[in-house]
Amino acid sequence: MERYILPEIPDYHKLEVYEQHGGYAALKKALGMKPEEVTDEVKKSNLRGRGGACFPTGLKWTFMPKQTTKPKYLCVNGDESEPGTFKDRQIFEFNPHLLIEGTAIACCAMGITTAYIYIRGEYGKWIKMLQKALDDAYVKGYVGENILGSGFSTNIYLHKGAGAYICGEESALMNSIEGQRGYPRVRPPFPAQNGVWGCPTTINNVETISNVPLIINRGWEWYSKIGSPKHPGPILVGVSGHVNKPGVYEVATGELLTDLIYRYAGGIPGDTKIKALIPGGSSTMILRGDALEGVRMDAESLKAAGSSVGTAGMIVMDENTDLIRVITRIAKFYYHESCGQCTPCREGTGWLWKILKRFETGDGQTSDIDLLMDIANNIEGNTICALGDAAAWPVQSMIRRFRDEFEKRVSKTPNGSPEPSDRNRHAEKTATVSL
Amino acid sequence: MLTEENLKKVDELRKRYPKSQAALLPVLWIAQEQEGWISEDMMRHIGTMLNLPFGHVLGVVTFYTMYNSAPKGKYHIEICTNVSCMLRGSDKILEAVEHRCGAKPGQTSADGKWSVSEVECMGACGGAPMLAIGEEYYENLTPDKTERLLESLK
Repeated sequence: MERYILPEIPDYHKLEVYEQHGGYAALKKALGMKPEEVTDEVKKSNLRGRGGACFPTGLKWTFMPKQTTKPKYLCVNGDESEPGTFKDRQIFEFNPHLLIEGTAIACCAMGITTAYIYIRGEYGKWIKMLQKALDDAYVKGYVGENILGSGFSTNIYLHKGAGAYICGEESALMNSIEGQRGYPRVRPPFPAQNGVWGCPTTINNVETISNVPLIINRGWEWYSKIGSPKHPGPILVGVSGHVNKPGVYEVATGELLTDLIYRYAGGIPGDTKIKALIPGGSSTMILRGDALEGVRMDAESLKAAGSSVGTAGMIVMDENTDLIRVITRIAKFYYHESCGQCTPCREGTGWLWKILKRFETGDGQTSDIDLLMDIANNIEGNTICALGDAAAWPVQSMIRRFRDEFEKRVSKTPNGSPEPSDRNRHAEKTATVSL
Repeated sequence: MLTEENLKKVDELRKRYPKSQAALLPVLWIAQEQEGWISEDMMRHIGTMLNLPFGHVLGVVTFYTMYNSAPKGKYHIEICTNVSCMLRGSDKILEAVEHRCGAKPGQTSADGKWSVSEVECMGACGGAPMLAIGEEYYENLTPDKTERLLESLK
């Protein structure tokens, strides 16, 4: 497939190169359209959010009130902290103007005069790259006052996070922009009514926004024919873990997972089998390696397979992987990142981690397996935001699909782990984590 | 306290937001870049500047893991041990760092040269295992490469 988000053109991050290849033509086109026409184009294209929830982007834009005395805001989510996800970083580095152009178009469609692109603090180097591109765009009049003489003005600012996974959650992100701790908010009210500073706000993922210029340039009909009809478009898939060529691959949605692993990412080192796969970042349900045949990278296919697209960050695990160690590490992550507002998540994530550590050292009880499931079930759906669900799903799916791995660790002599002494050291070391 | 030059940056920053509280995260970044960490005095200084109670500033500093509320060593080494890195041997990288630096995660070496942190996913899973020093990412590491990297830092 031709690459649209990450084209193979040298120096594409530079404004003049981007312009030479038709850059900012979509913005010019959008400025000549009525705002609702722009939104309608995005709506008809069937573009769905690339941040994890696959929510229809055009529909989300229509939630913004047309008649309001308050300023409206766009927040572009580049917090990208979901383990296994490293796609937006490619956009900041290799195609920053596509993101800036998409942001300006989205502002134009919704009548927004201020946009913030929120980027995780660890990406300091990439923030500078994007800032350079943004400065160039300001100089050329693609952003700022009276854009290209259209009379429409919008400012785009970069806002640097400071190390908190939870700030990728849209309402926590808004609180973080406001200069607060990244605590998710209770909804309703939803951001389109009551977002940053109580004003109408839309939050879109970096990759989602980067799809917008493509749609405006070539039209919704063209776009909606790329990949899977119900979840169309190009998608950036990150492949990591046990593959020969880990990296970000741009494909059309609907690509076979097995093709992504074997054709794009070069297969498994040593030609071993796949034991398990996390298809879309650590929050998505883990799949068995022997159940990947025919499963595709799109919302419908992965749902049918018992998981979800998430951020399309695939983590591949070969047949020698100690899955108990994997799930214990994932549980530790959610325990560390829980913001602490809701009791089920704050306490539950810690309990999951503690009990899983027992299995890691071979000290699990048979009853602990049900206890883990019980705790996970009591977190799921009982918290303000989806971090609780994200902590529960990996544990639930791991038990459902790999119960035997847990049962093996109940015995006094654990097997299946390559380096037991190393494992113990890891458990000791992580015991000092505090919230 | 913040330098004259940085105070000017703060004034510019405030224009980006309708309320001054929103400038808190960026101003804390400026403070940390200036001093390497954020002291309680600095937090009070920033609180006064943005009209925020000290408790709010402290709350924010302690919530976000990247703000240092204590001084760090000359080089702050952050090693990712999350799943993608773990699957590709981040344990061995951490071991090499601990061995070379004489500090465990959360510690600073006695000579003040190294601070070591074990961190969550840094978004470099395609280059796992990795570590970061400041804004620089070092990817596709082996224990040998790690040794050589640390050796090169004077």
